Amino acid sequence: MFDILIIGAGITGSMLARDLSRYKLKVAVIDKENDVGNVTSSANSAIIHSGYDPIPGSLKAKLNVLGNPMFDQICDELDVKIQRIGSLTVALEDEQLPLLKELESRSKENGVNVRLIDSIELKKIEPNISNEAKGALLAESAGIIDPFNLVIHLMENAVDNGVQLFLDEEVISISNKNDVFFVKTNKHEYQSKIVINAAGCNADKIAKMVDEIDWKMIPRKGEYFVFDHFLPKLVNHVIFPLPSIKGKGILVAPTTSGNFLMGPSSEEILDANDVSTDLPTLSNIKEQACALVPIAKQKFNQMIRVFAGVRPTTTRHDFIIESSNKYKNFINVAGIESPGLVSSPAISNYVIDNLISKLIDLEINPSFNPFIKKYHHLSSMNEKDRNDLIKKDPDFGTIICSCEKVSLGEIKETLSRSVPPRTVKGVKRRVRAGFGLCQGGFCSPSVTLILAKHYNVSPLEIKWDKDGSEILLNKVKEIE
Amino acid sequence: MNKEFTCIVCPRGCHLIIDDQLNVTGNSCPRGALYAKSEVTHPTRMITSSVRVKNREDTLVSVKTSIPVPKELIFTIIKEMDKISVEAPTNIGDVIIKNVLNTGADIVITKNIK
Amino acid sequence: MTDVDLLIIGGGSAGMAAAIEAFNHGVKNILIVEKDKQLGGILNQCIHNGFGLTEFKEELTGPEYLSRFENQVETLGIKYLLNTLVLDVSKEKVVTLSNKSGITLLKARAIIFAVGCYERNAGAIQLPGDRPSGIITAGTAQKYLNIHGYLAGKKIVILGSGDIGLIMARRMTLEGAKVLCVSEIMPYSNGLNRNIAQCLNDYNIPLYLSHTVSKVIGKSRVEKVILSKVDENRNIIPNTEMEFDCDTLILSVGLVPYNSLLENMGCLMSSTKGPCVNENMMTNIPGVFACGNCLHVHDVVDFVTDEGRNAGIGASKFLLETFNETNSLKISPKNGISYVIPQYLDKNCNEKVTFKFRVRQPIKNAYVVIKSGDKEILKIFKPVLIPSEMVMIKVDAEKLNDLTEDILITLEGKDE
Repeated sequence: MFDILIIGAGITGSMLARDLSRYKLKVAVIDKENDVGNVTSSANSAIIHSGYDPIPGSLKAKLNVLGNPMFDQICDELDVKIQRIGSLTVALEDEQLPLLKELESRSKENGVNVRLIDSIELKKIEPNISNEAKGALLAESAGIIDPFNLVIHLMENAVDNGVQLFLDEEVISISNKNDVFFVKTNKHEYQSKIVINAAGCNADKIAKMVDEIDWKMIPRKGEYFVFDHFLPKLVNHVIFPLPSIKGKGILVAPTTSGNFLMGPSSEEILDANDVSTDLPTLSNIKEQACALVPIAKQKFNQMIRVFAGVRPTTTRHDFIIESSNKYKNFINVAGIESPGLVSSPAISNYVIDNLISKLIDLEINPSFNPFIKKYHHLSSMNEKDRNDLIKKDPDFGTIICSCEKVSLGEIKETLSRSVPPRTVKGVKRRVRAGFGLCQGGFCSPSVTLILAKHYNVSPLEIKWDKDGSEILLNKVKEIE
Repeated sequence: MNKEFTCIVCPRGCHLIIDDQLNVTGNSCPRGALYAKSEVTHPTRMITSSVRVKNREDTLVSVKTSIPVPKELIFTIIKEMDKISVEAPTNIGDVIIKNVLNTGADIVITKNIK
Repeated sequence: MTDVDLLIIGGGSAGMAAAIEAFNHGVKNILIVEKDKQLGGILNQCIHNGFGLTEFKEELTGPEYLSRFENQVETLGIKYLLNTLVLDVSKEKVVTLSNKSGITLLKARAIIFAVGCYERNAGAIQLPGDRPSGIITAGTAQKYLNIHGYLAGKKIVILGSGDIGLIMARRMTLEGAKVLCVSEIMPYSNGLNRNIAQCLNDYNIPLYLSHTVSKVIGKSRVEKVILSKVDENRNIIPNTEMEFDCDTLILSVGLVPYNSLLENMGCLMSSTKGPCVNENMMTNIPGVFACGNCLHVHDVVDFVTDEGRNAGIGASKFLLETFNETNSLKISPKNGISYVIPQYLDKNCNEKVTFKFRVRQPIKNAYVVIKSGDKEILKIFKPVLIPSEMVMIKVDAEKLNDLTEDILITLEGKDE
């Protein structure tokens, strides 16, 4: 029997798992995917928003502003890349300047430090911004983060501190007997005193397994372009247009790995698994983004990928963090759309302080270690350190991904950790093999064979991503 | 009746026309004329494929037929190749099947694996 | 820091030819750096025949072709490092290498880039629809099959009629896969006619010209590919969909020079995505050369070898003769010509120069004209020119002497 069972290993579930491992509790996390953070948490803008945008008084506003400053410590403890590069919300027409003013006062109400800057200062700090730009709202606390390793390292730390992780298990039913939940998956049945529903786009389905809900999931999809890394940078800050009812609009931003992102669109979708891309949407993104940063138009020959992410928007349009009416010990953490990533540490605290602490005794786990073992980041090491490392382990000298210069040693290192990748995409999200110019054209055969060898299976069993996504279909010339 | 096809003798890919008396036009070289004649009488192809290397994990070595073989035997000869595996090191020119299916063609290794 | 006279990045056809030629022209302190476990580059996986017709007057398979150069490299005693990647090259020509013995810094007096190209992929073409497993570039599928012995698909649609796609259509058919069709967005094929004959027609594989993928459908694995007809502007025509039940979409949608190192050095780049070079294959950075598919993508390996030799000779001149790199004339493509190599020509050029170019679209009965200002250097009649065929025109040294104005290469109609 678990004290707490979390359904969903995205950013919300992983942050909660780690924070709950600070206490003497028996915690488990279940996810239907074969990797953590594999859906909504892996396909977003990767922004640590400042919090100027959400409606004052909303949970989004409150938890965004609380969450933002918590990331420096988290990233330090968990070896995750973060850069506080600031965001610029840009007015392209004179008529938009009053709206910037409005945003400024909303920021103050939300408790966010911002500053209005004129077009001259804007051009100085962001040389590639459109000449049409009339001014901008600068929020210095905004930043960018590596969203993949954030979730992965949170869960790694949680597992290292005793949390049990069950991947590849889909919850099919939940029942309650004598205040204990019986959570049945396609593989096992688990018992738990408390259940946290952090199931992202499936949170409605999970919630309905125990109780009626007064909200609906209306998932949205956001499509993006990814550009290769190049210098001089396309932009120095996260560049937003003025927000509209559809959201924060199409942004242009660097990533922590030196790439550039352009997007997202915001489309209502019927199927929460729909991550397809289409040409009209992409060309609309291109047009809007290039209005902010015109020079981007010339960089499309360095565009390396398009992708789409899904957001668990609900009819409440705010975070839903509450116990079900029927069971206090069933907690829904739903509708965690943007700014969900930046809010996640505050969401986790909110759940623990306001809900869990009232249900169970929270005794400090004295052996909790907030740090994960540091990874070797070859690209940021000097020649001497790198040579010393290769002397100790020659695999760090053998480069597998020539675009991103990822070594065999780094792939083996991530395979040795407590939340190791099982798929080619899992390797890619952790160490960036296949993230570059050729998009894995050169290195994916090597990565596939490395995984097969590590798990001692045939290469035919190695998947790109989900179940049924095996890469190879047949071994030829099989001779006994 | 005239027959028309693309010459496969070299990258140029001439458009060949051959009549019932086996007169060839459209070719740029004598090899094209020979190809056209063989194509209407008894078409042949070179086969290139590969065989497994026993003592190397997930490794194949490439092979070919030493001369073009009858087109209708392509899949049968591929099956014959599939029955064979070799041991590294391999040398270009090593014959692994002599006179495959009595075609007069040998199956030879085309790659050195050390 | 170790010094080397000539460092060659890439041990494929271009790199090996450059090394051998530079060696034969008197440069002895040469090092080839190869990232793979063997010399030969991509030819190792090109097990089909058709290589070497120009070079050796016979048809060889890829591995046979490369072995002839590998043997020369061995015989001449040219040094090479395998399993070694170049991490960085500075403007001062300090090269950082990584392999299992460590990180090594080398100071080179001259460098030849011969790093080849990569395949355009789903992202670069904004492939519409889902992104499941089973979307793979032709070269990657080729590596899985020919090197490792695994089929990446059983029921296959191929997008793009480039040669690798055509070759893979036949190769995968021979290994038991069913290739349903090849789709080409242009109204003409980008592959060699003979490959359409021997790779598609021989196996009754249909080729749909002016068709492209309008949607990929599949959650985990490709389930369906929808093809649509395109108009002359390559826009999808509605209600022309053809649906194919398949498990794999192979992309053969073009090759791109693989040049991030050169770009980072501040090398002047051309529209081919390769660097701009002069008649010696030297870039705007003195002593830095480029050849083969990282300069521009070739149709035939024999031409890559030839270009590698040019770079080898160029580098040997640079190293042994104290180059007189002074005034260059710019060579520009115009009017239906998409690019030309070289992009610069030394004013004091006293050797035969081969101009290499491609046309933008198929054209019949045209004159290729090379001029410097108003002065016509050369005018050649060509009955047929197609984009998939690189054209090479040799111009004698005396015609290139005493030029003062920039050079244009252009197409003119028959009557002009």
